[in-house]
Amino acid sequence: MAKFTLKINGTSQSVDVEDDTPLLWVLRDNLNLVGTKFSCGIAQCGACTVHINGTATFSCVTPISSVGNAEVTTIEGLSKEGDHPVQKAWEEVDVAQCGYCQSGQIMTAAAFLEQNPTPTLEEIDNAMNRNICRCGTYHKIREAVAVAAKSK
Amino acid sequence: MKTQIGASRRDFLKIAGTTAGGLVIGFNWFSCDSPKMEVLSIEQVLAQAKSFNSFLSISPAGDVVIYSPNPELGQNIKTSFPMVVAEELEADWEKVRVVQANLDPEKYERQLTGGSGAMPHSWERLRKAGATAKFLLVAAAAQTWKVPATEITVSKGMISHEGSGKKGHFGEFVAVATTLTAPEEVTLKDKKDFTIIGTPVKNVDAKDIYTGKPMYGLDFQREGMQYAMIQRAPFGMKLGSVDDSAARAVAGVTNVVTFGSSVAVVGISTWPLLKAKKLLKINYEADGIVESTTDHDRIFTELLASGKAEEKRKDGNVAAAFKSAAKIVSAEYQCPFLAHSPMEPENFFAHVQGDKVELVGPTQTPDRARQETAALLGIPPENVSVAITRLGGGFGRRLRADYVVEAVEVSRAINAPVKVTWSREDELTGGAYRPAVRYRFEAALDATGTLVGYKLRGVGMNAGNTTREANFPSGAVDNLLIETIEHASSITTNAWRAPITNFLAYAEQSFLDEVALAAGKDPVDFRLELLNRAKTNPVGKLGYDVDRMIGVVKMAKEKSNWGKNPSVKQGFSVYFSHKSYVAQVADIEVAGGVPTLKKITAVTDCGLVVNPTGANHQVRGGIVDGMGHAMYTNLTFEAGVPKQRNFDSYRLIRLKEVPEIDTHFVDSGFDPTGLGEPALPPTGGAIANAIFAATGRRLRSQPFIEQKEFSDIQLQIKRG
Repeated sequence: MAKFTLKINGTSQSVDVEDDTPLLWVLRDNLNLVGTKFSCGIAQCGACTVHINGTATFSCVTPISSVGNAEVTTIEGLSKEGDHPVQKAWEEVDVAQCGYCQSGQIMTAAAFLEQNPTPTLEEIDNAMNRNICRCGTYHKIREAVAVAAKSK
Repeated sequence: MKTQIGASRRDFLKIAGTTAGGLVIGFNWFSCDSPKMEVLSIEQVLAQAKSFNSFLSISPAGDVVIYSPNPELGQNIKTSFPMVVAEELEADWEKVRVVQANLDPEKYERQLTGGSGAMPHSWERLRKAGATAKFLLVAAAAQTWKVPATEITVSKGMISHEGSGKKGHFGEFVAVATTLTAPEEVTLKDKKDFTIIGTPVKNVDAKDIYTGKPMYGLDFQREGMQYAMIQRAPFGMKLGSVDDSAARAVAGVTNVVTFGSSVAVVGISTWPLLKAKKLLKINYEADGIVESTTDHDRIFTELLASGKAEEKRKDGNVAAAFKSAAKIVSAEYQCPFLAHSPMEPENFFAHVQGDKVELVGPTQTPDRARQETAALLGIPPENVSVAITRLGGGFGRRLRADYVVEAVEVSRAINAPVKVTWSREDELTGGAYRPAVRYRFEAALDATGTLVGYKLRGVGMNAGNTTREANFPSGAVDNLLIETIEHASSITTNAWRAPITNFLAYAEQSFLDEVALAAGKDPVDFRLELLNRAKTNPVGKLGYDVDRMIGVVKMAKEKSNWGKNPSVKQGFSVYFSHKSYVAQVADIEVAGGVPTLKKITAVTDCGLVVNPTGANHQVRGGIVDGMGHAMYTNLTFEAGVPKQRNFDSYRLIRLKEVPEIDTHFVDSGFDPTGLGEPALPPTGGAIANAIFAATGRRLRSQPFIEQKEFSDIQLQIKRG
């Protein structure tokens, strides 16, 4: 076990875990930040997406030892009141079915729109293709990203 | 419309409390015969929402709390059920709160999610519950104001009397309402007066989902809780010996326990278990027949040729029809096993304490979880409590309680509360799959191209009846034989979204296309010809409403501009399942020799659409699901173990792979029927038929991308 101090959602958090522990499990099991989801564990589905220094990252394959001083943002820290433009767009478009993948979808979309505030539909498709939605809400995801881009 | 409440009136539960919070009136629609009085404040009701299961309660402040009994897995029942109650109650939707009810078989019937059956089952009951509550509140207002109840109007949670100018919200009349007797009959609203039903109401859990609140089973934590993961035996094998020394040495692992042929690693968090499970050295021994996919292919061939078939339906003289046929068409279609792969893997929390068990987690069948737990431990079912979390998908997998019982086993073994989590590899290799099936179809045409004989023989791997013998085209053909053959495989199977029809529809709708072509007829005209035969002079019993099926076929023909644009090659498919009718048309444009799938038009008759947003979700989701698995997904076996172990090889459809989906609903005037499943079955057939129209390649096996007929097609998928 080793002690790690992380910057998560703007606050400093310390945990005592093995250094190969993926950030996903530190968030979920140690810090009770369970909005970041486990689904595949091998960087295929995007349910575990968080921001590390603003970049959308698969937390399931990101060892805690590699995080260092980087700023980690999870769905819980994306906005204080749940009113980030992407979250608002998701509500407006009413995207979710089961909802399990949606925090990862929102984190991917939020990081993407930071980097590309006025995307084309094709760019939206390329950006969101890394996240799987088993319920098939893909049409709504596309629509919500476009709505969020317009609202920014 | 007046409707009798009848004997259920006695089940009406009225609750009057005088605690600090004031008064609560509750209605217990599905209760047993002996109403129980409970005294609760609204705060207590909300605080104890996990144990208080009344259907509807109204606080003195006018807040309405509606309990949703059925598990929510994305079908949106937690939004659509309360919409129906609120409609008849004339509640202000903005003041309605929805709470997931826990398992309570004494109060709720059919507390499960499956078979697209919740809304058809509960539609009348929900309306009566709302209407009865409104009746009592109006009667209370009439008594208070000393005016005739017939002069009172209700709108958005407000009760008004125009003559006297009196006005008040629901909460003001709760106290008096509790002293009244429930009516013998209530008047339900005319459908044309609906203000909530039929409007796009948003998901009641949206905010919690989009801010990452703990709500799924996997999110559940409890002080002192242990974590566990389980290694299960390959199919057809049992546990021999276990060397767990390396697993036990992983930091964070606290125990390794064995039950049946399963080995559970237990620890303080999830990551050590993912590591430790890989370090288990387990020898398995054969325990039956260990099968591979090559065995299945051989078994299909053998059984189709000479297996003992169970006759499901026989009309006319099939042998004679085929003997005198002008033309015979035959083809075989096959589908692989599939996992359900919900995004939230299986998991459950269990805490066994003496002869009592607490269960928390995602289940489509909470009562089954309770019964199987009780049976395992030899305790009364009422000693088992089940709290239902939101489900991160289900697709039928969570109809089983195997993963619940496992958690109970581990909790008993370690004498502590435990959450068992499945990895994705566990989920794909752990069984209970959509069964693999092969069909052989044969059709006899006479000289005029009329279908005079039809044979279907299905072989399934633990599939039960592989046919739907009362479904179309039964009833439309004079001479028809439908048979099924079962192979008892060591590989476990289970219902998978639209059981059987998720593949049968594709096979049958593709084959009918082949027959139409052989008859020289347009595929839509050919189906209408058969349907008109079933309507005017049906053969035997029909399991479907011919007029409703004709309705979706005709509307799909119109909405898709069927056959009107020579550069668009189209595929047609129509299917009836779970009491709903769906016709679909796939459009493929061919430019420069490259076919591009651009659009799927879907026409659905599910009766009255309760929530257009939810209905669109279910139709599009069903189509994406049907298309994804038809196109991409395969699960093959080598010596009892699946070869595809995660999403890198078990390929699920992604965002860029879905075309435009154009949805339409038929206003048929019927009460609402199921929608969680019916849009899935027709999709594979519509796409396969469009691919044939565009390329001349007939795809008779899934997944398409692995078929040699598909290998050089270079199908593109793009939004229109």
